[in-house]
Amino acid sequence: MSEEQIKNLEEQFEARIARDEKIEPKDWMPEKYRQTHIRQMSQHAHSEIVGMLPEGNWITRAPSLRRKVALLAKVQDEAGHGLYLYSATETLGISRDEMYEQLHTGKAKYSSIFNYPALTWADMGAIGWLVDGAAIINQVPLCNTSFGPYARAMIRVCKEESFHQRQGYEIMLKLCNGTPEQKEMAQDALNRWWWPSLMMLGPTDAESIHTEQSMKWKLKRKSNDDLRQQFIDQTVPQADILGLTIPDPDLKWNEERGCYDFGEIDWDEFWQVVKGHGPMNKERMKARVGAWERGEWVRDAAMAYAEKQGERKAKQVV
Amino acid sequence: MSTKNWPLWEIFVRSKNGLEHRHFGSLHAADAEMALENARDVYTRRNEGVSIWVVESKHITASNPEHNGEMFEPAQDKVYRHPTFYDLPDEIKHM
Repeated sequence: MSEEQIKNLEEQFEARIARDEKIEPKDWMPEKYRQTHIRQMSQHAHSEIVGMLPEGNWITRAPSLRRKVALLAKVQDEAGHGLYLYSATETLGISRDEMYEQLHTGKAKYSSIFNYPALTWADMGAIGWLVDGAAIINQVPLCNTSFGPYARAMIRVCKEESFHQRQGYEIMLKLCNGTPEQKEMAQDALNRWWWPSLMMLGPTDAESIHTEQSMKWKLKRKSNDDLRQQFIDQTVPQADILGLTIPDPDLKWNEERGCYDFGEIDWDEFWQVVKGHGPMNKERMKARVGAWERGEWVRDAAMAYAEKQGERKAKQVV
Repeated sequence: MSTKNWPLWEIFVRSKNGLEHRHFGSLHAADAEMALENARDVYTRRNEGVSIWVVESKHITASNPEHNGEMFEPAQDKVYRHPTFYDLPDEIKHM
């Protein structure tokens, strides 16, 4: 194809998205659109998969059967969300194995929030309330994104995610209405998860390199700073109901702006964690790669069995 | 590294009797039986279905959107296939 033809196709493509038409896997798309979607969608899938680790660690220690079945269901949902997203990404022409390879070698990133440790049971509450809360804010606009398979996966994910946040908040509520020690535990979890949750919504608009293009493709509908503000404004009243204190001395209602002012985020910490120097980066990858390698004989055995059955069937037909 | 990867399957789910099976997504599985079991866990964790079909993706032949012109345009100029094409007086009821 000549350069002019490609330019022509690109213009038609952008116009389709501007008209709110969806793009489906076999449609022509600019290479950059394909690559950006592979990057963002696979990282989203990886985040779901790695996101199982901090919580999976607490399933056996859940304080009651009610909490245990809920946590188990939540972690299973995350596996499911990862699978919806992996298969949606595969429609763009990358294989599942390539994606795993990128995750396991560190070439692909996942949400840096999962590189923090889950130290107490209250962390299960704080993760559901704050981390899933921030994830929902990020994900809801994606239900309308331009790439059909991604939008469809996100609709399913968002439907299921609201249970995650409610179960987390209920854990916090229970702890806050419990003994002083339990309430202290809840406060401690909030103290540790608050700032990483704010960082989860991404670098400030000034630093965000992908925003403009992503807005055009409807991979983003609001800027990171707007999403963060939305998260803070809806979460502060929820903390008040719990009787907990947000660990930010600069947090103050701004009558004029109609939203909360908040303190400086430690972006050095954010970039350190992204670059692999967070408290749990090595541990998470070790667990993930270990699970993949230990499962290899199972995958091979299943395949060998399927082939043998197939051959047997073929013989019977003859 | 495994020598052979699990193939990809397309999953179709009937939400309830009376409705058609609809494409829900895809997944990897060693064989059809495993594809059904995995589909149940991945796509019907909240009673989303009463019946599941699985088809190995390689068996699906898809039309090419680049040929949508030749493929679908022939239907566009055949307005006589629609009821509104026919002029009838307003007094005619039930038609």
